[in-house]
Amino acid sequence: MLKRLVTSREAILLGAIVVLLGLIATRFPAFVAPANLANVFNDTSPLILLALGQMVVILTKCIDLSVAANLALSGMVVSMLNVVAPGVPVPVILVVAVGLGTLMGMFNGLLVWKVSIPPIVVTLGTMTIYRGIIFLISNGKWVNSHEMSPAFKAFPRAAFLGLPVLSWIAIFAVIAFFVLMTRTTLGRAFYAVGGHPHAAVYAGINVGRTQFWAYTLSGALAGLTGYLWVSRYAVAYVDIAGGFELTVVAACVIGGISIAGGLGSVGGALLGALFLGVVSNALPVINVSPFWQLAISGGAIIIAVAFNAQANRTKGRVILKSAEHAA
Amino acid sequence: MSTTSHHVPDRLQSSLQRRLKSWESLLLVVAVAIFLANSFASPYFLNAWNLSDATFNFTEKAMIAFAMALLIISGEIDLSVASIIALASTAMGAAVQFGADTPTLVAVGLGVGLLAGAFNGFLVTGLGLPSIVVTIGTMSLFRGIAYIVLGDQAYRGYPESFAFFGQGYVWWVISFEFVLFAIVAVIYGVVLHKTNFGRAIFAIGNNPTGALFSGIRVSRVKFILFLLTGLMAGVAAICLTSRLGSTRPSIAVGWELEVVTMVVLGGVNILGGSGSIPGVVIAAFVMGLVTFGLGLLNVPGIVMSIVIGALLISVIALPRLWSYWRRG
Repeated sequence: MLKRLVTSREAILLGAIVVLLGLIATRFPAFVAPANLANVFNDTSPLILLALGQMVVILTKCIDLSVAANLALSGMVVSMLNVVAPGVPVPVILVVAVGLGTLMGMFNGLLVWKVSIPPIVVTLGTMTIYRGIIFLISNGKWVNSHEMSPAFKAFPRAAFLGLPVLSWIAIFAVIAFFVLMTRTTLGRAFYAVGGHPHAAVYAGINVGRTQFWAYTLSGALAGLTGYLWVSRYAVAYVDIAGGFELTVVAACVIGGISIAGGLGSVGGALLGALFLGVVSNALPVINVSPFWQLAISGGAIIIAVAFNAQANRTKGRVILKSAEHAA
Repeated sequence: MSTTSHHVPDRLQSSLQRRLKSWESLLLVVAVAIFLANSFASPYFLNAWNLSDATFNFTEKAMIAFAMALLIISGEIDLSVASIIALASTAMGAAVQFGADTPTLVAVGLGVGLLAGAFNGFLVTGLGLPSIVVTIGTMSLFRGIAYIVLGDQAYRGYPESFAFFGQGYVWWVISFEFVLFAIVAVIYGVVLHKTNFGRAIFAIGNNPTGALFSGIRVSRVKFILFLLTGLMAGVAAICLTSRLGSTRPSIAVGWELEVVTMVVLGGVNILGGSGSIPGVVIAAFVMGLVTFGLGLLNVPGIVMSIVIGALLISVIALPRLWSYWRRG
């Protein structure tokens, strides 16, 4: 039991993060000061939120490449809403952002479920469509800090028990997803659908509908993150979070979520995101150009997926292999 | 239908041809319709030089799309092609700084493309990793290297003779790129439809295990396909760099989407096993005409990408919805 715990994916990743922090601390002790670590966590919160949604989608053998575009569109809509009607309270803004993100996620899910288009094609397509719609509604203009109302910008920064609201939302989402994935039938269904779709059908699980719910969750989180993103950085334009979908997939793959579906955990997604968060925050500290970021996350994806493949190689004989190909 | 024919073709070939016939003719109708719509919408469309310019919208992407078609038919995918262009272009730009001449630049472009393709192929066939994650990873890695080398700078100063690949004309309005596109199309068409190697690609895409048991070296074929895709990305990098005359790390960003769209629009099954090169050729013209026509109407590039994205989804969705509706 203890051995399994120590050699688990999450423990190895946690060890890697601790070693990484230790290495940085030898030269820059200020980096591991509690206040700075809290900053790093806060900075990584959007990635954690998106990685949780992506995890669920990947567990069901799908992928969501439209999360960053969804985030940007939701963020732009609430920013423009805030410019037009500065009096709209933050809870309403939150509802609008989450609702819009949910609808976009549902659209992905419906195309996968009802029209059975391969997930990669669906989300590659909606990625450009959502991104293009931002241009259409904004005419390519920016919504700048001075146009946003103070309440709109203050929400993610407001401190509560020593941490900003943004961090609390990430913490709450991690707990909620932990409960969802380990304590509910829907959570079980996500694993079942990805682990063995045919067996899931015989167990009475609707595979398509489960994937639809996965996309809906991912979309809802992307919408929520959209508002948090634009209010935290106090700017909204067409290209915000451009290419961030790859970072999100990277966080999941590093966190040990198998792209083949059915394998992964909330802890893995959290640690995968934190790993990338520590790296991206440490680069400027150790005086490495931020231009290294892209190559590092690419290398991390490849190493992680190679590592996963070694760890997950099935031991023993596969009986009734042909059953897997039966329709 | 097949019962009345005297010639007894083999099963795979016949079903493929039937399927493709209808899809290709449908595409051709779409292409002609867009052509007519364009000539009505803009008075500048029907001009030999304008039409020649329009071909630059798709020739580079289409050359990658042919190799990508083979790869997708075999059941794999390569999302790193646009990043390979960035890497190859950066390498050529760096070579220029050391005073490389045009033949050396071409060798560098093709060589980097081959190396990148070999790296993808090794990870997928050697280590047995899923190509979609591997190439999402190399997509970041290859472009990331271009960013490390260039940062916010750009390479310029390509030799004068290098400009021919992207800006040269062979005869009247016929550009070098268009000729290259036509030659590459014929080569890939012959390889896919007339050789044992092409047959093996279809076999692998339909049933990899079955193909293996029929004596096809599945891993080797797939490795060669990744090599070819990398090579074509290298060719596209040479043409594009020559056409632009400079290299930035953001070169060809988002092209992987357009290349995959072109392949899928051309009737290649995204899940592997079927497709044709003539289909991809017509799809290339369709996409080139759409983007060029929209450009003449002053539609901004990002709106065109909405059209491309919608095209990608609807092209796959419509036949499925159609059969869904017919079944009732």
